[in-house]
Amino acid sequence: MLIHNISELKEKKELYKASLDKQYKKVIVCGGTGCVAGGSLNVYEELKRLVEEKGILAEVDLEKEDQGIGMKKSGCHGFCERGPLVRIEPEGYLYLKVKVEDCEEIVEETLVNNKPIERLMYKDGDKVYQTQESIPFYKRQNRIVLEHCGHIDAESIQEYIAHDGYMALAKVLEEMTPEEVCEEVIKSNLRGRGGGGYPAGKKWSQVLSFPSDMKYVVCNGDEGDPGAFMDRSIMEGDPHSVIEGMTIAAYATGASEGYIYVRAEYPLAVKRLTKAIEEARAVGLLGKNILGTDLSFDIHISQGAGAFVCGEGSALMASIEGERGMPRVKTKRTVEEGLWRKPTVINNVETLPM
Amino acid sequence: MGTMIIDGRKVEFNGEKNVLEVVRKAGIELPTFCYHSELSLYGACRMCIVEDKNGKIFTSCSTLPKDGMEIYTQTPRLQRYRKNILELLLSNHDRDCTACERTGACELERLATRFSIRDIRFGELDRKHPIDDSSLAIVRNPNKCILCGDCVRMCEEIQGVGALSFAYRGSHMKVAPAFDKAIGETNCIDCGQCRVICPTGAIAIKNETDKFWNLVHDKSKRIIAQVAPAVRVALGEEFGLEPGDITVGKIVAALKMLGVDEVYDTAFAADMTVIAEGEEFVERLTTGENLPLFTSCCPGWVKFAETRFPEILDNISSCKSPQQMFGSVIKEYYKDDEKETVVISIMPCTAKKAEAARKEFQKDGVRDVDLVITTQELAILIKEAGIIFEKLEDESFDMPFGLASGSGVIFGSTGGVAEAVVTRLLKDKPNHICKEVLFKNVRGMDNIKEAVFNIDGKEIKLAVVHGLKNAEKLINKIKAGDKEYHIIEVMACPGGCVAGGGQPASMPIDNEVRKKRAQGLYRIDRASYIKSSEQNPLIVSLFEDMLKDRHDLLHVNREKETGY
Amino acid sequence: MPYGNMEKVDRILESYGDDQSHIITILQKIQSEYRYLPMDVLEYVSDKMEISPAKLFGIATFYENFSLDPKGKYIIKICDGTACHVKKSIPVLEALRKELSLTENKHTTDDLLFTIETVSCLGACGLAPVITINDKVYGKISPEMAVEIIRKLKEEETNANS
Repeated sequence: MLIHNISELKEKKELYKASLDKQYKKVIVCGGTGCVAGGSLNVYEELKRLVEEKGILAEVDLEKEDQGIGMKKSGCHGFCERGPLVRIEPEGYLYLKVKVEDCEEIVEETLVNNKPIERLMYKDGDKVYQTQESIPFYKRQNRIVLEHCGHIDAESIQEYIAHDGYMALAKVLEEMTPEEVCEEVIKSNLRGRGGGGYPAGKKWSQVLSFPSDMKYVVCNGDEGDPGAFMDRSIMEGDPHSVIEGMTIAAYATGASEGYIYVRAEYPLAVKRLTKAIEEARAVGLLGKNILGTDLSFDIHISQGAGAFVCGEGSALMASIEGERGMPRVKTKRTVEEGLWRKPTVINNVETLPM
Repeated sequence: MGTMIIDGRKVEFNGEKNVLEVVRKAGIELPTFCYHSELSLYGACRMCIVEDKNGKIFTSCSTLPKDGMEIYTQTPRLQRYRKNILELLLSNHDRDCTACERTGACELERLATRFSIRDIRFGELDRKHPIDDSSLAIVRNPNKCILCGDCVRMCEEIQGVGALSFAYRGSHMKVAPAFDKAIGETNCIDCGQCRVICPTGAIAIKNETDKFWNLVHDKSKRIIAQVAPAVRVALGEEFGLEPGDITVGKIVAALKMLGVDEVYDTAFAADMTVIAEGEEFVERLTTGENLPLFTSCCPGWVKFAETRFPEILDNISSCKSPQQMFGSVIKEYYKDDEKETVVISIMPCTAKKAEAARKEFQKDGVRDVDLVITTQELAILIKEAGIIFEKLEDESFDMPFGLASGSGVIFGSTGGVAEAVVTRLLKDKPNHICKEVLFKNVRGMDNIKEAVFNIDGKEIKLAVVHGLKNAEKLINKIKAGDKEYHIIEVMACPGGCVAGGGQPASMPIDNEVRKKRAQGLYRIDRASYIKSSEQNPLIVSLFEDMLKDRHDLLHVNREKETGY
Repeated sequence: MPYGNMEKVDRILESYGDDQSHIITILQKIQSEYRYLPMDVLEYVSDKMEISPAKLFGIATFYENFSLDPKGKYIIKICDGTACHVKKSIPVLEALRKELSLTENKHTTDDLLFTIETVSCLGACGLAPVITINDKVYGKISPEMAVEIIRKLKEEETNANS
């Protein structure tokens, strides 16, 4: 079901949003790596089974405006230590360490009778924190890139669109030239989130300035730093944001192909990104003439194989090219000669959704 | 185009591809291990670092010169860093220099001396990689390897073979053949270019000088030596002479002093090759079969074809190489003699060692060529014997196999074989006309050279290629139907045999050196009385006499005898 | 040059094409098929893809994930990233090695059932210490829990075989 142009995209957004709003309850089970390890997928299946037993529609296709409960698997909430996590909307309740045995109570008490189950909630001494936002761990967080993680279905392009997904791309395609996009990013002072801190807009405008038959957008998902998993969270929890970011970068620089380099230790991220790319292709948000414009762009996933050094830009590109991931000394910078010696913009996973 | 400021002096640059070349042009020899103008950039050794006026340090091999750039080459930091790098490399290196093949010509040793490394603070790493002695041509000692990657890139980018590559990672990284096998068991073609470019003794020629001594000390044998053309324009480099200086007379004298009984010229055998291959070519032209004809005198090329393009083996000439023709003819000549005849060939080529050992070049278990000594090894022998090479009086080759035409001599350069064969085929044309055609088109260092000439009204297309990566490209073009030729000369080594794996390599071998050596051969050709192979009266009488019905001495049946 | 049965390999090569840029994915697929990268398969791939064997060997040995020695049916990866290390991943490693009679140099049991490897950071730091067995994640693992899981797997295997 192709989305042919921007007005169609806007229509779909309204449709999906309305469908989402019609869901009187949403049950969001965390499907990030940590919670999956704790058995969250079993929790999901059990909840779904119990809900359907009651004759309520659990998984809703947002194309149709059916009544039902929205059951979804989200990306990582970040509170892996207390997983599996289940979030209930609209109240915003967060249940911790949910086991399969708890599911019946959740369905009965919270979904049917609208009552919170305090024993599953976060406690500090005597104080019970009912909603996710009130928990001290979350209260001080101002999530920007990770905004959607934990809140939307990580495997649904429809939900992404309902939450204004791809609208930035639409705006860019409709109202701005590539130069204006670069200018806007420069003005925003967005700097490389992988640690390099190079102004992203400046990088994009440099790639734009080099004429070439082929240009590439590369997304560095080789997060090797021990203890860090924000890139993983984004790739698992909000894969479309990465795709959208890359597509905007492609428009701004004149690139026609993209690569997301995901380290092998993140199989779930690979899975979610693959599905997201397939979904995007199926509706025409990747491929030829995106949204009816001249922009043609497609993305491939390149997997790492266990080398920390491949997080470095030139080694990463060597790895994509199928060589040993050894860093290369460069005569010309990557923006002029990068992947296969073509102008390349290479950004961290976190930079692109921004 | 522009001007840089190097150590306070203005230096103009015009087209140099990096700062390193500009600095060298300015008269400062910046040290490098991993930089070669003919190979891709690696930039790993960091020896070529320079400092700009802001204190930024960068590798000069990978930086483009910019107008107004201001750099320094001798700041205190640079000096400290260079020493540190050398110390680290040496701490990881088998420092048995006095017993090393490469001592005196080793770049690591040279730079350590140049930078006065007196104390290696990092101790000595206990490395025990086994020495790989499996090849007939080279010996690998990974304990001396500094991981510059030059051999890897030479083998892959210039030769298109890729027998060596980096393997493993981090502190386990090393240069290895496929699956860490012994190199003799891989697709290595024995060309020895890796040894030429290696800055240390990690890859060396298989030294068989002791076998030479054993043979010449045995007075019951007749020791015969044949000297290849390319040897005579490069051996002098080991004795203070320039590339291209002709030392053939001294070589004969030296060999006699070392105990060789008869010294002959491989160029004579090259004349035989010209006649035999010329005949073969004319026959193929008539039948139209198995064209294009590929030359067969280069054993590196033949081995490359056997492994990579077995389908074209029928196109390769059935003629033996000059070395092998000489061996079989000499042994036949002396077959009834009571003294056992031993043939030693002095070659610029490491692959010749493997060629001489091949099954099809033996008769009843006895090799046609018993031992191959490279130019480098000959220098070792001369020095060991204490012969003062530069002071030797010229002597001439022995007869009857010592008289060669200029055509035979130029076999040592790329384009030489083609020129010799075509000169012979155009024998009815006045000399200066065919030289004109060929001089312009087949001489020189271009990767692929083409020429067109006429035989009896038929247009003949000729190609000359050197460096096997270029040969691979050419063959693929022919297979795709993009190019068509009748005869193709292939030399594995860039520049041809003058830059072979067995030649002296105490200076970086680039096209300048190759050209100088080749020009030495062309000078000999110019001064030759006999220009064309069939004008050589000894060749004529040999073909009328001994070789009349003995084509088996000059040809080899590749499929039947080699099993490929 | 004669090769053994290379049907599976052919299928993998067909689905990815013989462009060298796919080599890592191809090697990963081969490894998941054969549980390691057999030398004859690599020689076949080098032939088909026109990459020199030495170069292919160099690529295969560069990446930690690839093994040229046979691996076990169950690949146990013990995360030794900073968080897990601090939460005592090494005692888990030692307990498992002891249970399976493996050492730092011997990674795979003789019956080819278990392989132990250390990995750097799986990104599940909130659950430290973490191990994965064939990509199934086990968090907050203690040496006893780990040994228990292994014993259960061993039991399953013996039951399956009897």
